Amino acid sequence: MSAPTTAPHATRAAGNEDMSSTVRAFEAYGDGDWDDIAREAIGEERIVVNMGPQHPSTHGVLRLMLEIDGETVTEARAGIGYLHTGIEKNMEFRTWTQGTTFCTRMDYVAPLFQEAAYCLAVEKLLGITDDVPERASVIRVLMMELNRIASHLVCVGTGGNEMGATTVMTIGFTAREEILRLFEAVTGLRMNHAYIRPGGVAVDTPEGFTTQAREALKKVRGYLKQLGDLMLANPIFKARLTDVGVLNLSGCMALAITGPVLRSTGLPYDVRKDNPYCGYETYDFDVPTSKGADCYDRVVLRIEECYQSLKIIEQALERLDRTEGEPVMVADKKIAWPAQLAVGGDGQGNSLEHIKKIMGTSMEALIHHFKLVTEGFRVPVGQAWQTVEHPRGELGVHVVSDGGTRPYRAHFRDPSFNNLQATSVMCEGGQVADVVVAVASLDPVLGGVDR
Amino acid sequence: MSDVTPGGDQGSALTPPEGAATFEVVEVKKGMFGVQGSGDTSGYGGLVTPVAMPAASPRPYGSWFDQVVDVLAEVLADGARVGGPTYDQAVEKVVVDLHGADTPDARQVELTLHVAREHLVAVCQALRDDQDLRFELSLGVSGVHYPHDAGKELHAVYHLTSVTHSRRLRLEVAAPDEDPHIPSTTSVYPANDWHERETFDFFGIVFDGHPALTRIEMPDDWVGHPQRKDYPLGGIPVEYKGATVPPPDTRRSY
Repeated sequence: MSAPTTAPHATRAAGNEDMSSTVRAFEAYGDGDWDDIAREAIGEERIVVNMGPQHPSTHGVLRLMLEIDGETVTEARAGIGYLHTGIEKNMEFRTWTQGTTFCTRMDYVAPLFQEAAYCLAVEKLLGITDDVPERASVIRVLMMELNRIASHLVCVGTGGNEMGATTVMTIGFTAREEILRLFEAVTGLRMNHAYIRPGGVAVDTPEGFTTQAREALKKVRGYLKQLGDLMLANPIFKARLTDVGVLNLSGCMALAITGPVLRSTGLPYDVRKDNPYCGYETYDFDVPTSKGADCYDRVVLRIEECYQSLKIIEQALERLDRTEGEPVMVADKKIAWPAQLAVGGDGQGNSLEHIKKIMGTSMEALIHHFKLVTEGFRVPVGQAWQTVEHPRGELGVHVVSDGGTRPYRAHFRDPSFNNLQATSVMCEGGQVADVVVAVASLDPVLGGVDR
Repeated sequence: MSDVTPGGDQGSALTPPEGAATFEVVEVKKGMFGVQGSGDTSGYGGLVTPVAMPAASPRPYGSWFDQVVDVLAEVLADGARVGGPTYDQAVEKVVVDLHGADTPDARQVELTLHVAREHLVAVCQALRDDQDLRFELSLGVSGVHYPHDAGKELHAVYHLTSVTHSRRLRLEVAAPDEDPHIPSTTSVYPANDWHERETFDFFGIVFDGHPALTRIEMPDDWVGHPQRKDYPLGGIPVEYKGATVPPPDTRRSY
């Protein structure tokens, strides 16, 4: 502790004259060990460190309030709300179809899961769960599993970067780029897709997509192997992660932690198996688990889950080839979006044939198109709850309808929001450096946490 | 509804739609576009639409629902001997949402128990601890505001999952606007801590017994609860560092 200087400086002059009395200063004299002298001068001092909201290792705008004693964290609390944008409130003011454009922006690293969960919930309310065409469900599964790999790559990549392993990050993001290119080919966008719509998906996959996907996935598989080779047997990596951020099964159940964190305690709970949706019961895949319940096991599980996702994607691509040309939207014209998207000379838009038909030949079709696009369809009164297996855990959607064309209420139970409650249990008693590792293993995305 | 004429006899239109026994009117909407007090140029001014939520379902509920309700009644009856609530006191109604399915065994069918707010914690405890119920995972709380449902304006909805039996169940609790208190379930489900804070933040439901019921998403000094239906979307002046920033729609345009 250096003594406060008496020379005038900018902030001193700007504040009140009496400021010197509010700044605490310590003077230490004597000889012997510096630690003893300092402790004598300072006494029992509570040091609270704010980590974030602007901190590179907090995955966005997470604020961690750490009470530290030397390097040991004695108390850890998470402060959230810095990215709250009122998406749920906004959804009440838009049609049911427009809802997908909002919820896709919640957890922006895994946007397709929000879309899928929301659409499945709306389909429940509409009573058309069994009417969604097979090809639409296959495309949904394919997109979600691609997104799961992309999300896990971001988790592992940024987690590595936070520990100083930049190569892990560059490989992770290079691999993710391959998947984002596939997204761009199908939806036109790399994020904020609004691709999955109530009743099906917005547009069929482009020509030659399955070939393109198979080529890209070969590369992704290679990158995944590189990541595994780089991390899993690395002594520094293991030293940083093993036995850090431990949370056992009863802790997970009490705090409703799901996803890879729960599975790292040995419980094979996966919504895709427990309560299948989109036909997941017809795909052959495993739910990897481990026993360590620490950060290292969660990385191993995430990489293993990527391989399982690749397995599902291969099966989905086969089904895509088989169902070529089949519909991707429900047959009910009172719900289905009237136009299929097509790429024209001025970019993506309504298909030219559709425009020709409604503008040139059928006044009824024009009225129908106008009503459905501006006013939207009506959803029967009631409420529905739908969960899907998000990369971070169980994502739940609660939608309530009052029979109108807009949601009466849409609530998202985001897994990151819930899982952040475990911050204190996982960090307290550990080192400050372990906080970074523990939070990275929870993989929170603040867009989803704050919504 | 076909006999409704614009500006006609609105009393007869209040009769609930088909299948009246299975619905409960919570709100009646008039007109199509929500515009009042001007000349009816749209022709929809006389349209009266009752908003009817699904009412109590009759026995048998089907699937595993009967079994769960029976076991819950048994467990509560045991507890009633030592001062707990009986099943009839605690559970107000049971609703089975078929969601278009032909049979209650279909995957999309959902079970909702409407619970009296003073007995919520006892019901949660029974649902979590009995080996035949074992709803050990609570996936959070969401609030819903029904401003027209007199005496039951604020609803808190709890989503429970049984990993053991692979079942899902919904609890719905209502509180009036004048007395927005619901007991906290954090003693049974610690995970509901943040979810109850969120519901308090957005709806103003006070969860009695919560360890630290503070705002979680909105700033600590925020006035009002944004997800309530009487709270506008945007249009709120915000005070920042002593200055008041007007809402975008009332700002001066150049």
